[in-house]
Amino acid sequence: MSDVAMSRREWLLSERPQSRLQARLGRAYMSWQRFAANRLALIGLAIIIMLLLVAAFAPVLAPYSPVAGDLRQGLKPPGWEHWMGTDDQGRDILSRIIYGSRLTLYVVVLVAILAAPIGLLVGTVAGYAGGWIDTVLSRITDIFLAFPKLILALAFVAALGPGIENAVIAIAITSWPPYARIARAETLTVRNSDYIAAVRLMGASPARIVVRHIMPLCISSLIVRVTLDMAGIILTAAGLGFLGLGAQPPLPEWGAMIASGRRFILDQWWVAAMPGMAILIVSLGFNLLGDGLRDALDPRGAGQ
Amino acid sequence: MTNALELDRVEVVYDDFHALKGVSLAVQPGEAFGLVGESGSGKSTILRAIAGLAPVASGTINIDGQSLSKRRDKAFYRSVQMVFQDPYGSLHPRQTVDRLLQEPLAIHGIDDQERRIVRALEEVGLGTGFRFRYPHQLSGGQRQRVAIARALIVEPSILLLDEPTSALDASVQAEVLNLLETVRKARKLTFLLVSHDLAVVAHMCDRLMVMQHGEEVEQLLSTELSARKARQPYTQKLIEASTGFRR
Repeated sequence: MSDVAMSRREWLLSERPQSRLQARLGRAYMSWQRFAANRLALIGLAIIIMLLLVAAFAPVLAPYSPVAGDLRQGLKPPGWEHWMGTDDQGRDILSRIIYGSRLTLYVVVLVAILAAPIGLLVGTVAGYAGGWIDTVLSRITDIFLAFPKLILALAFVAALGPGIENAVIAIAITSWPPYARIARAETLTVRNSDYIAAVRLMGASPARIVVRHIMPLCISSLIVRVTLDMAGIILTAAGLGFLGLGAQPPLPEWGAMIASGRRFILDQWWVAAMPGMAILIVSLGFNLLGDGLRDALDPRGAGQ
Repeated sequence: MTNALELDRVEVVYDDFHALKGVSLAVQPGEAFGLVGESGSGKSTILRAIAGLAPVASGTINIDGQSLSKRRDKAFYRSVQMVFQDPYGSLHPRQTVDRLLQEPLAIHGIDDQERRIVRALEEVGLGTGFRFRYPHQLSGGQRQRVAIARALIVEPSILLLDEPTSALDASVQAEVLNLLETVRKARKLTFLLVSHDLAVVAHMCDRLMVMQHGEEVEQLLSTELSARKARQPYTQKLIEASTGFRR
């Protein structure tokens, strides 16, 4: 059995790959090895996988309904019947946290899908084009960076109206500028390199150079940065929820749950502390994962 | 006969630095022409100006009698290709050899990619075993062979060589020079070779131009160089320096 495993390993690490697929898998395997060498990163990955599983199987895992409560059961401390206690309307906090993981994932994934490509496009185009295009795009980026993130998001939500979709849009609008900056800085370091000059000499159009040759070099540092920002995105979403501008009741959004628990934080601590703990663990998971990805994907360390 | 490559009083200016101060030269089809000079003499700038990578302030560049416009068209990139000095910097670090060779074919819409990639690798003496490697899995000489294969895959008629062997050690240098010599004969290519190594230029080229401070010092035949029949004192100094120390 170990014989088969060894040969599979050798196939992946082969110096002479026989096909495109083998070369790609070999590269992925080497990144994975670098990632797996970091134990904290594996813990982070485990936390995120757990979050995904909990979100996927929420109806199976949750012992009670997340929205319907029994007022007679209100504000029960953690115990055998309600592992994390109940809130003021008698809703089971564990069930609400389990369903809330869906909202958290929804926000995080949508923000990443919206903000990262915008930042990547703006940054690489600005960096590669230079001249007045760079000046215009960089100044727009600077203007967005000059606002405190939460305040700008608040303003957008106030204008768009409260709700989780608008919170996502507001967070996305405020979180792309750092990605643009990173992508621009990466682009500036490679745009004058010989391999980009060689592609230009083949007659490639600027759009092709940016999309096929520059973006792949920026993507790994961007993935790292987005992962590290996920914690911040969760906190901003929770902050908007806390202020009543994110998810609206009775949606079990973690920030909104803390907000509703704040009224009896001294006597019934668990109402606010449990969702707070969930935010803490998931944020920590994303941070650990991001640190591990940085070691595994750093283009300067990769394969040299 | 029209010249394969003709430069007429070409000037290149970077902001306030005058890199080329009106250089003229003419290279015939199938000829190997050398450019020598110390660092900063503007010899690489000539190649970059031809390739469209350096800002040409004035003067004209003709390829096969056709004057080049500021914007090079695709036909230009099929007839003129370049091999860079540093084989560690001229290959995209995230692309396999296969991908590197496929890109020019995709850009020019050439089909039959599979066969051409295999043939290009064989032509430069790399078997198909190297096809799916990343640049970091190759030695300097192998990388330079890949760079040559990439330049040749679009079947250019003019090859610009920017110190193609100066980053390689002596034995690999000879192999790569022999490879270039072989493909030039086989494909009747025109070479414009930049080097600070007089021996390399004398070996590879028919004629050469000596440059200093962005200007021509003199043009001579490589036989004259080997016989040390230089007319200008600067060239004589250069020849003397290349033969090593004198006691």
